[in-house]
Amino acid sequence: MTDWIAIAKLDDIPRLGARKLQTESLDIAVFRTGNDQVFALRDRCPHRGGPLSQGIVHGQAVNCPLHNWKIDLENGQVQGQDEGCVHTYGVKVEEGVVYLSLASLESAA
Amino acid sequence: MNKQKLILVGNGMAGARTLEELLKLEPAMYDITVFGAEPHPNYNRIMLSPVLAGEKTVDDIVLNSREWYAEHGISLHTGDPVVAIDRKARQVRTASGMTADYDRLLLATGSNPFIIPVPGHDLDGVIGFRDIRDVEIMLESARQHKKAVVIGGGLLGLEAANGLKKNGMDVTVVHLMDILMERQLDKPAANLLKASLEENGLRFLMEAQTEAILGEQRVSGVCFKDGSEIEADLVVMAVGIRPNMGLAKDAGLHCERGIVVNDTLQTFDPRIYAVGECVQHRNNCYGLVAPLFEQAKVCANHLAHLGFGRYEGSVTSTKLKVTGIDLFSAGEFNEGEGDETLVLQDPAQGVYKKLVIRDNRIKGAVMYGDTMDGTWYFQLLREGTDISSFRNTILFGQHDLGDAGHGEETRVAKLADDAEICGCNGVCKGDIVKAISSKGLFTLDEVRAHTKASASCGSCTGLVESLLASTVGEGYAAAPSKQAMCGCTEHSHDEVRKAIRDEALKSMRAVFDLLNWKTPDGCSSCRPALNYYLLAAWPGEYEDDAQSRFINERAHGNIQKDGTYSVVPRMFGGLCSANDLRAIADVADKYRVPEIKVTGGQRIDLFGVKKEQLPAVWKDLSAAGFVSGHAYGKALRTVKTCAGKNWCRFGTQDSTGLGVQLEELTWGSWMPHKFKLAVSGCPRNCAEATIKDFGVVCVDSGYELHIGGNGGIKVRVTDLLCKVSSEAEVIEYAGAFIQLYREEGQYLERTAPWVERVSLGYVKQRIVDDGAGRQLLYERFKHSQQFAQVDPWQARADGAESHEFTPLSIDRLRAAS
Repeated sequence: MTDWIAIAKLDDIPRLGARKLQTESLDIAVFRTGNDQVFALRDRCPHRGGPLSQGIVHGQAVNCPLHNWKIDLENGQVQGQDEGCVHTYGVKVEEGVVYLSLASLESAA
Repeated sequence: MNKQKLILVGNGMAGARTLEELLKLEPAMYDITVFGAEPHPNYNRIMLSPVLAGEKTVDDIVLNSREWYAEHGISLHTGDPVVAIDRKARQVRTASGMTADYDRLLLATGSNPFIIPVPGHDLDGVIGFRDIRDVEIMLESARQHKKAVVIGGGLLGLEAANGLKKNGMDVTVVHLMDILMERQLDKPAANLLKASLEENGLRFLMEAQTEAILGEQRVSGVCFKDGSEIEADLVVMAVGIRPNMGLAKDAGLHCERGIVVNDTLQTFDPRIYAVGECVQHRNNCYGLVAPLFEQAKVCANHLAHLGFGRYEGSVTSTKLKVTGIDLFSAGEFNEGEGDETLVLQDPAQGVYKKLVIRDNRIKGAVMYGDTMDGTWYFQLLREGTDISSFRNTILFGQHDLGDAGHGEETRVAKLADDAEICGCNGVCKGDIVKAISSKGLFTLDEVRAHTKASASCGSCTGLVESLLASTVGEGYAAAPSKQAMCGCTEHSHDEVRKAIRDEALKSMRAVFDLLNWKTPDGCSSCRPALNYYLLAAWPGEYEDDAQSRFINERAHGNIQKDGTYSVVPRMFGGLCSANDLRAIADVADKYRVPEIKVTGGQRIDLFGVKKEQLPAVWKDLSAAGFVSGHAYGKALRTVKTCAGKNWCRFGTQDSTGLGVQLEELTWGSWMPHKFKLAVSGCPRNCAEATIKDFGVVCVDSGYELHIGGNGGIKVRVTDLLCKVSSEAEVIEYAGAFIQLYREEGQYLERTAPWVERVSLGYVKQRIVDDGAGRQLLYERFKHSQQFAQVDPWQARADGAESHEFTPLSIDRLRAAS
């Protein structure tokens, strides 16, 4: 078994956007920033469970669509006055293909 | 390369604030050194009065602790004033003999209390009221002595007198004029103030000119011009301040009443800037704190080599920080020739309000006893708002304009600490006041960032501003009328729009590039606004950016708390057929829609549709002839109608048919915010047209057109725009009004606040008086509708944007490999 699993082509994810990745147990939001960095976070805002994959991406952050909490994509930390943290997953891009770290997936599940 | 060296002379509020603003822009541009004459870090000087009155401690009022300086790598030298500047060598020297070099020098030396040069002014026990040291002397005197005389019945003098009284001294206030606080108050207000301070136990000697201070080594009394004398163990001189410009003058900088600076806060030596009470700008010297903050922002911008931003002077307002006394003053409060005044006087309740009006605009305000609306009047004053449409009720205050019946609750100063101010985020008054005092907050934005109050729907903004004003007094920096769109730019909404139009900017990237956006791709606040401005300015030509739209407008449904969407098919004018209802019922069955509800706008709402199902749901609805109801967008929502004359025995016109025509004209249009219409068939107004953005009330002789209503957060009844006689006119006026709002309303500004901002008179002039202009507006609206009336549901049902609705799946990938 390999450590990394291909989940999408980079071009499948809109720039400054996200795709939702469905797994058997939970949903993961896969983000692509303006400079083509890719991040994966659990698709669930620590505030009221909003789907982060539906938020507006800017810089290295996403704003939750429900109540506008701002989440740092790199470390999952909630920004500003609010407090909380979202689980992050290992992800990498090679030759235009996005891979998710299976180890980080299993440790979270 | 070595960093440039910046030296700040004067460790007070203006200087430290400038550093804070500079560090926000350029955290690492300079090596910064600060010299302060006082032995303290930067503290909130305007809070000295509460310290003297025993309501706060010195620690409470520190704004920047020593740790703050250390954290930002600033070397701080307290208790060591700079005594000389060598401009040739670009070097300063301090009292202790230390020297330091600079590339840029910032002077913020503040001001000195003016000590009247009468005989005896240098005796022990004669002081000004300026710094912590003065407060310490006053507190010490209060412990050992009994009788205090305060010379000067202005703001500072009265606050000092009140504080000394609270510390148990017998206090007499000596004032040269016959009116207390004559620079802020007119006679009636000043008399109310005097009566109330006398009740607190202060004594007053009015129109008394000080001749000499008596005493051997320590003061023992004060002697007046008329020969009378009073005893005194302590004399506080509070007759005014003088900019502290000796240092600058000795260095050969051009000074008049203060250190003269231009609109970038630069002195006559281009390497030297100056801010705060020590400067003279356009012939004004300011002794209040709000202008200092505006100066600090501009000065920091230039120190950071950004080169834009101009300080154009400030309009100031004043509040007295004496507990139990409410007093507010702003602008030109004594009427000149040709001015009108509005006065409300209730001596029994101790209430006095006066507004000075010129050309239907507020020029000044004085209030005593009930200052709740001071911030509102001040805002109207600064923005030059035309008050003609509400001048007959303006004295009763903002809450009288309609606030969904909260009335007394909005009188924030009287609220208990546990009273909820922000209903969206559950923030109480006590939380806000605590954050303001403990974190040293001065602006609405700072309170929003720290407490979340007023950060969601914004309906409590006025309350939060009042709290700020009542907590920090005149230090409250009211939001400037020109506000930057967001942290990504210095430009205001209107400036950005103008650039988009004038420079033919048709993509977001072009806006970012031309206007030097500070962030690489904006933020969740500016991007949706920019996308709308581009769309409104260049229909059919601009490049829409889906990722800059809120999810509702990307997914063409309304996201619900569980992440599912609601689906509202458009039913023009609320009309539908049995077949329509059958088709909706079939969709509900087929996709197991968990809940169906009739909306307030006369539509049917299907709740709980999963995002992946949306294209299929839309496909079925499209096949039955439905288009999107746009119930999710900053867009034309619904046209609500009543039965009208085809059925109703009271109906005067065909309101349903007119509603259908209006909806056919306007559907699909994107707006600064959501937009609702209604047509009522008679003045009974069953379609509630007078709380809509655009409402038509049919009468026997024609159609009344109403604008700017709102049934939401703050109920606002529409203003009557005009009356017309034909359906064709209704349609043209509606289209023109919508287009004016689309072109000039700010993003997320509903028509109700927009009409209040630009004034009803302006809208009437553009839509009613200027017939040719109205037709052009209507033409532009129809042009933009060519591109807008494309059903987004049909397009997506046919496969557009499919990535939006299809999740990635590991299992699918595994199956494929």
